[in-house]
Amino acid sequence: MRFLFKTDYEDDIRLFPHSGYVVSYGILLAFLAIAPFVLSSYLVSQLVFVCIYATVGVGLMILTGFTGQASLGHAAFLAIGAYTAAYLQQYNVPFPVYFLAGGLLTGVVGALVGFPALRLTGIYLVIATISFAFIVEEVLARWESVTHGNEGMRVKTLSLFGQAVPQNGPAFYFLCLGVLILTIIGTLNLLRSPTGRAFVAIRDSETAARSMGVNVSLYKVKSFAISAAITGLAGVLFAHKLSFISPEMFTLQLSIEFIIVILIGGTFSLHGAVLGAIFLVMIDPFLTYLKDDLPGIISGIFATFGADSVTASKIHSNVAAIASANGLKGAIYGVIIVLFVLFEPLGLYGRWLKIKLFFQLFPLYKRATFKRQKIYVKSERNR
Amino acid sequence: MLDFVQQLVSGIALGCVYGLIALGFVLVYKATEVVNFAQGDLMMLGGFFAFTFIGMIGLNYWLGFAGAVIAMAAFGMLAERVVVRPILGYPQFSIIMATIGLGYFLRSVVGMIWGTDDFKIETPFSDGVLRIGSLVLAYDKLSVIAATVILCALLYLFFNRTTLGTAMRASSENMLAAYYMGIPVKRVVSIVWAISAAVATAAGVLLAPITFIHSNVGLVLGLKAFPAAVLGGFGSIPGAVVGGVLIGVIESMAGFYLPQGWKDVAPYIVLLVVLLLKPEGLFGIHTRKKV
Repeated sequence: MRFLFKTDYEDDIRLFPHSGYVVSYGILLAFLAIAPFVLSSYLVSQLVFVCIYATVGVGLMILTGFTGQASLGHAAFLAIGAYTAAYLQQYNVPFPVYFLAGGLLTGVVGALVGFPALRLTGIYLVIATISFAFIVEEVLARWESVTHGNEGMRVKTLSLFGQAVPQNGPAFYFLCLGVLILTIIGTLNLLRSPTGRAFVAIRDSETAARSMGVNVSLYKVKSFAISAAITGLAGVLFAHKLSFISPEMFTLQLSIEFIIVILIGGTFSLHGAVLGAIFLVMIDPFLTYLKDDLPGIISGIFATFGADSVTASKIHSNVAAIASANGLKGAIYGVIIVLFVLFEPLGLYGRWLKIKLFFQLFPLYKRATFKRQKIYVKSERNR
Repeated sequence: MLDFVQQLVSGIALGCVYGLIALGFVLVYKATEVVNFAQGDLMMLGGFFAFTFIGMIGLNYWLGFAGAVIAMAAFGMLAERVVVRPILGYPQFSIIMATIGLGYFLRSVVGMIWGTDDFKIETPFSDGVLRIGSLVLAYDKLSVIAATVILCALLYLFFNRTTLGTAMRASSENMLAAYYMGIPVKRVVSIVWAISAAVATAAGVLLAPITFIHSNVGLVLGLKAFPAAVLGGFGSIPGAVVGGVLIGVIESMAGFYLPQGWKDVAPYIVLLVVLLLKPEGLFGIHTRKKV
């Protein structure tokens, strides 16, 4: 086991606490660098979605995970970023300009949403953000002179410094990966600055933060703006990846998916956003695999344990019927959310920390280390 | 003028449905401080149970209605036991997510079992109309209004006049203190979920002749019922119904008098304005913050 002796504040806020971090992140980076040349184009395309979802996840993590303000309206921010890109692109605005403009505009909208949200907490905030998302969706569908309404908008191939960057090529993958990495580093720096500390203070206790001199309103609006801006940047990439956008892509369903990303990853660390995005995006290839291979596998197992061929083929067709039923994805989503909330509230990253600690402390690991405290006494209504 | 009254009545009828779903939210919230995002889906499931009993098995309407209510009350208890009880006492956000997950699950399972078509339940109120002068009121809409008034009154009396109702309010204020006072908190929570699922079923069955039932009806109407519950203050039973009626009337008026597109967003705009001006809702109780 390694002991880290921290002798001053600089030691405490280091990005890489010890050399092990440099090595493991270096290996990860090397793998990501060669990924588009060794993986199939379908998987690379999924990796691009992982990057985009993870960027949104990081944005949402700042707001929900670190400032404690739940939002079910992030699909609207993504939509604003995407539509800004599609609109400005018509006027031959270069990519870097509309990329930043998308982020900036979304950040301003985020701040505007943040102001009314100042007075709201808990469930009211969730409902207010849902309402905001509905209104944005309807505006996109009706403001036809700008958004072309329900017909949607075609997004041209991205061109960067005169070079075309097709959305299926490795260059686009590296662009998305670069945006994700820069976002993560920026967010890490933000979180160890006074602003980030103020966010966490607000999450843990608003009253205590205020009495320590934190301007709660200002930092809440800042958190909304930053979170929205990052989501807007991801929106620009999202528009290019899909090359066609229309209002019905940015529904409540998508907002819920973003919440699932951070919930499954773990709402207390940026690792969670990335792990959650990997999980959510990779569930699709996994379901396809289930549809194709599961019936064969299960009937094969029954056949080896002595079932005759008629029973085996019956099992095969039954399993195939279940695996290809409509809406299986929804059921699996539902079960996964419930199971994570019930059994692994710290998410995938929490599970990883537990496994790591188990081996570090072997054989002294106690399950109680990660036990959550139940609060039966305080009513959130009176908080 | 006649148009106006006609729109008003259909708005009130629609609003009563929102109010009934909002009642379910409020019941669960009052007793356990949990917001049940799957309330609309419970309504949908209740409608499908009733459809199975009445349309497929061929029971009498009232028998099928009662059967669906009983079955759904049991289902509400089951859902509470499996999904909610293990996480009672944790932050609201986890519970919201768990109920969203439950909603997802119910929607797709119902879609798998009954299919994704629209279904209709034959009711005694299906076709008749009541004529007052030149005003035409459909029985199915009137039945929704009447049922809402009766249910609301019963629940209000239950919460304010009976021991069990008082126990429910006590356990919502402070679970631990309620437990010390000898209130069986777990059983109380179970009963509340049963009641709210039963109310949801009533809403689903009454709604069936008006909008038909399909696997997504709960999501659509549940999201409209949220503004209703918030408008009413989220902790007040009459507030939920008044909020629901307001939302229904606003929606129906916006659909009639304003250009296309306003109908769907008008409730949410009103909601945001109310939240801005009076965050605790129209009937909410303002509470001071404690450290």
